[in-house]
Amino acid sequence: MRTALVLGALGALLFASMLGAILVGAVAIAPADVWAALWGGADQTTGTIVRDLRLTRVFAAALVGGSLAVAGALLQGLLRNPLADPYVTGTSAGASLSAVAAIALGAAAVPAILPLAAFVGALAAAAVVWRLASLGGRTTVLTVLLAGIVLSSFAGGVVTLLLVASDRIALRLRAVLGWLLGGVSVTDRSELAMATAIIVVAGLAAFALARRLDAFALGDETAATLGVDVDRATTTVLAVAALLTGAAVALGGVIGFVGLIVPHALRPLLGAPHARLVPACFLLGATTLVVADAAARVVLSPAELPVGVITGLVGGPFFLALLLRGRRPVVV
Amino acid sequence: MTALVARAVRAGYGARVVLGGCDLALRDGEIVAIVGPNGAGKSTLLRVLAGLVALRAGSVSLDGRDVRTFDRRALARRVAVVPQVFETLFPFTVREIVMLGRTARLPLLGRRSPDDVAVVERALTVFGIADLAERRIDEISGGERQRAVLAMALAQGGDVLLLDEPTAHLDPAHQLTTLALLRDLALTRGLAIVAALHDLNLAATVATRVVVLERGMVVADAPPRDAFEPELVARVFGSGLRVELRDGRPLVFPRPLS
Repeated sequence: MRTALVLGALGALLFASMLGAILVGAVAIAPADVWAALWGGADQTTGTIVRDLRLTRVFAAALVGGSLAVAGALLQGLLRNPLADPYVTGTSAGASLSAVAAIALGAAAVPAILPLAAFVGALAAAAVVWRLASLGGRTTVLTVLLAGIVLSSFAGGVVTLLLVASDRIALRLRAVLGWLLGGVSVTDRSELAMATAIIVVAGLAAFALARRLDAFALGDETAATLGVDVDRATTTVLAVAALLTGAAVALGGVIGFVGLIVPHALRPLLGAPHARLVPACFLLGATTLVVADAAARVVLSPAELPVGVITGLVGGPFFLALLLRGRRPVVV
Repeated sequence: MTALVARAVRAGYGARVVLGGCDLALRDGEIVAIVGPNGAGKSTLLRVLAGLVALRAGSVSLDGRDVRTFDRRALARRVAVVPQVFETLFPFTVREIVMLGRTARLPLLGRRSPDDVAVVERALTVFGIADLAERRIDEISGGERQRAVLAMALAQGGDVLLLDEPTAHLDPAHQLTTLALLRDLALTRGLAIVAALHDLNLAATVATRVVVLERGMVVADAPPRDAFEPELVARVFGSGLRVELRDGRPLVFPRPLS
């Protein structure tokens, strides 16, 4: 009952934030005209701005935020680490590296390839973090963070190299740079469609993994004795988190901290079980990024901030607070 | 008729051999205490019985079938394990923790059945924590948490319970009542229970059989009275302990310090 209430409230919040985000932008359009444009009325320019630019972008922002938050919940559950998320673990950096590499190799000409390319990089990065984190049989908060730092700086180095060296990227350097800093942009409808399809499938898979993630919260060995095939579940969780991260990075670049904050904000409301946490994370993550993206569009209007700047400004201090609080696990 | 049988089991970690050829047969309706000094291999033997450790030699079978041929889900419906260290970062309630015991019996997506709910409520009642069901696992005492984990293992609905120091965090009175409860579960419900215990007197009081481990070998496997033979206790645990028989039961005392 409480879960239904919270989920309903989060759904309403997402709807309201999307509506609000469609109302604001570099060009001032009266709410009545926006409303008319949504239903195909209004003049052509307004129609293009509202439907093709704002609506698409708000939809993409919602998908990106929702995916990052669910991926964060998956990684926190699997690594038993409250500080894990796609950004901190370097999974997003891995995704951006392989996406940039795909652009440099000319693969951008293939429609809808970016989310898949980003998935490959995200999967590789997530697998490396998991291997490093489980060295010595125990995952510790610190090794995950260190692995994330190493991966992020490595991926960042290679990305810079590609940016400087690739003629193909030089042609669209500004766009690629803006995207790397975290900026939701939809240049290609087929890419949005592909990312949406991936996110729907991976989101459902994340929900299906909920019980196994709950068991993981008690440690690998207890998960096994509760009936979870630990190796297979680990691989599946990493793959699903990588799919979500890859799709999110393809649409929005590297956006920090959404995946970290949202699960934390929800656990006190909904408790730990992932069957409740996963759908709630999607809704609140989507709302968070829709709002952050709207803020990025209007704060310095008509100039636009990368949305990564907004999430970084809010998320950085939050991350520090979590680190300082240093919550220890409950040990019996 | 349950029979969990380990035959000539050798196991270890890396270069270290922990168990050097152990035999243990477990039948339903008995509670077996595994005792031995630190490092004797008690936890490893339990993990071997649970199919969690790769064997270097020997075999473990459940009803005549090698445990390695069970998938984890099927094995979890038969054998439950209570680990020595249990940790979670996340704010599960006591009831949610006990419900985790049903993991192997729930469909991956479907809802829990009334039967699952009933089993969980019974397990909470058996261990006297029904009134804590809605409390968060990190807000209750260590002893209450330990009973929550025991309830989780019971809710798995298997016929074998493997317990590693199940009463380590309980005060003496709760140690006795909890172990008496486990003994009762073995005798009345026909569960087969193995518990690694440090307290030799508790072991002698509640166990129907005692297995003494010394450096990875079983050196005694008998009812308490025969297992705690004074010379054996002195050899395995050192000469600081003295065994006396009282009313036919062995009692272990520390010798006065000089």
